[in-house]
Amino acid sequence: MDSPIHRLDPRAKFILTLGFFTTTLMFTNIFALLTIFLMQTPLVILAKTWSRWIRSMRGGLLMGIFIFAMNYIFGTSLALAIAFTLRFFTIMSAFSLFFMTTSADDLGLALEQAHIPYVISFTFTTAVRLVPTMAVDAQTVVDAQRSRGLELDKGNFMKRVRNYIPILIPLIISAIRRSVELAEALEARAFGASKHRTTIVTLRMKPADHLVTIFTFLGLFVATYVYFYVTLPSLVIPIQIPRLF
Amino acid sequence: MISIEDVSFHYPGTTQDVLDNVTLSINDGEFVAIMGENGAGKTTLVKMLNGLLMPAKGRVLIDSSATGNKSVAQLSRDVGLIFQNPDHQLFAETVSEELSFSLRNFGFPEDVIQRRVTSILESLDLRKYSNTSPFILSGGERKRVALAATLVWNPKHIIMDEPTIGQDYLQKDRLRNFIVQLISQGKTIIIVTHDVEFVAECNPRVVLLSKGRILADGPATRILTRSDLVTKASLVRPQITELMQRLNEKGAPADIVEPYAARDFLTPKLHAAADAQTSTR
Amino acid sequence: MPAILAHNLTFSYVGAPKPSIQNINLSIEQGSFVILTGPSGCGKTTFCRCLNGLIPNFYSGNLEGELIIDDVNASGKSTAELASHLGFVFQNPENQLFSLSVERDVAFGLENLGVKREEAIDRVRWAMDVTGITDLREKAPYELSGGQQQRAAIAGVLAMKPRIMVLDEPTSFLDPRSAEEIVGVIAKLNHEMQLTILLVEHRLDIVSRYANRVIVMDKGRVILDGTPAQVYDDEARLIGIGLPKVTTLFHLLRRDGFPVKTNPITVEQASNELRRMLNR
Repeated sequence: MDSPIHRLDPRAKFILTLGFFTTTLMFTNIFALLTIFLMQTPLVILAKTWSRWIRSMRGGLLMGIFIFAMNYIFGTSLALAIAFTLRFFTIMSAFSLFFMTTSADDLGLALEQAHIPYVISFTFTTAVRLVPTMAVDAQTVVDAQRSRGLELDKGNFMKRVRNYIPILIPLIISAIRRSVELAEALEARAFGASKHRTTIVTLRMKPADHLVTIFTFLGLFVATYVYFYVTLPSLVIPIQIPRLF
Repeated sequence: MISIEDVSFHYPGTTQDVLDNVTLSINDGEFVAIMGENGAGKTTLVKMLNGLLMPAKGRVLIDSSATGNKSVAQLSRDVGLIFQNPDHQLFAETVSEELSFSLRNFGFPEDVIQRRVTSILESLDLRKYSNTSPFILSGGERKRVALAATLVWNPKHIIMDEPTIGQDYLQKDRLRNFIVQLISQGKTIIIVTHDVEFVAECNPRVVLLSKGRILADGPATRILTRSDLVTKASLVRPQITELMQRLNEKGAPADIVEPYAARDFLTPKLHAAADAQTSTR
Repeated sequence: MPAILAHNLTFSYVGAPKPSIQNINLSIEQGSFVILTGPSGCGKTTFCRCLNGLIPNFYSGNLEGELIIDDVNASGKSTAELASHLGFVFQNPENQLFSLSVERDVAFGLENLGVKREEAIDRVRWAMDVTGITDLREKAPYELSGGQQQRAAIAGVLAMKPRIMVLDEPTSFLDPRSAEEIVGVIAKLNHEMQLTILLVEHRLDIVSRYANRVIVMDKGRVILDGTPAQVYDDEARLIGIGLPKVTTLFHLLRRDGFPVKTNPITVEQASNELRRMLNR
């Protein structure tokens, strides 16, 4: 997947995401939050990840409803409940956008260059690299056991839980075997040999990345100003919904 | 009888057809090798035989009943699919427990289970491991346990996915003899493989798949000797076939794939050459 | 100085009743192409682990004897230290690729060794060129076929510039055509770069043509050692080695009393010998 957003340095994108995060937490005013939320929209479009973004929003729907319900029942006003829900979606959207447009490899590189110990960033990229592999393994195990008559959708709750033992054990054992093989191969490639590890690919901040960073700080500045000095219109909802308590 | 009728399949979320209008029938008791390059669709095809996958178009009939009407468990009673890697299925504390698993799933009574497990341990030379953990056995032994775990419920049709990978010559020999035994018991045996020499020694019916289509279907001696077909399926011809090809002018028949047939062909010719020499002295 | 020198090498895994390899005495010349074969459980993998240092560093047990690799005494050396002398390619291509792109994967070993960036980039480019995977450099490991993955693994090992390369059944998971291609690549490395090759294999029909020596192990010991033609005889067959089919054919003919003069191991040799016998 490629787009101007994808091509941005992950560090710049992360600063941007943190910017969205921070400004969102500053406000409980619906108009402010809506503005921040809508500011992400052109980025989503530019990143060409519209459908994936919608799907992740849909995924958060249950949580969003829960947050709304809780805040309405135990909270002070309808407007505030809406505000908190909007906050949730805005933050979720910002982080979704980040992860959708940043490859695990780039993330690993960013961690490395942030002087996080190599073992940690390597563990991270390897875990990501192994996800599709383990997904295939999981499917194979399910297929193999179903082919021996295992029926995962039958029986009472306890039976169904027990039925997952023949799935989990081979998966775990396969994962362990795979880890051992990977460890052997790592040793054979001199993993950990030198304290001064080099990298052939380095992340460099380009003009676009600097622009994004500047824009983020500008946004933070504007948000802070608005927070202290600008009175925002508040939302008056004429609907009277009977309170439960 | 296994009947695959005009089957097409693509994985959900993709448009590329992994199987494209495949039609194939296999009679009871036949020995078939499904061969082709990685990604040709071989494993996808056999997964349709026990209902793990359903055709997007067309249908699969096992003994005249469409797979769509039965669950995987029901179909597996008659179609035993043995996966390539035994580590993807071994989970029990002992080999006996492992072998009992499928029989319990199918609802066999305990005494029958005991009998069958004992019997299969015997026929696959695993009796000494009946109380051993399957995980500490060697690779070859684990593969035998996986084979036993399917044979124990005596399915009518047996499918083996890449049974020869990682096996040494002795193990392959043992496997071949075992397959012959199963065939003599009337079982249908389907192996998915790219091991050309193994297939050459067994001489089954060969179905060549390439890019989701059936490229050829016939006796091994006829299919594996065709270099155009074999190349398309990313295989090679048996070594003996290559040798005989070079002796074309000596009248070598085009269907020799293994040493014994080659020896039978060469013997009279060698005698003739020896006689010719003695007669010229 | 031989590339690999083993003297009375013996190893038992922790808790094992008997040694997995016993009194291995071998001398492998630089630049040779050696096949190591034997039935399952004969000790080939254990011997390989001694070569790359996984024994005794990763797998503990009782190791006796002497092992000298590329003029370096393996004793006391970690696997990482041995890696620049002896490169190791494993059986399963999937489990020896670590990065999310081929290029970074080939560079992986060099990065670990702390090789300077410019030199690393050069070596990566060279290794990918030699193994023919330059146009795959941006692809992710899971996007590659088995054969391509093995090539990437070989390139990654090659980039570390070892003088010896040991490969443990690299064709196991490959289809016949890919298997032949990979063995071709390995032979090229041996021929053009005088890289000492120790290839552990069962598929002798594919690899025998390139080897100048075959070592057969059984039950932890070296049983046979010689040229392929010398080794591929009755004793090898009885141990349970899968000889090339042309060799088997000539054993049959010899047993039937025909005056076979050579022990062919390739199709060319077999057809030449047959012509000779038929044209008398």
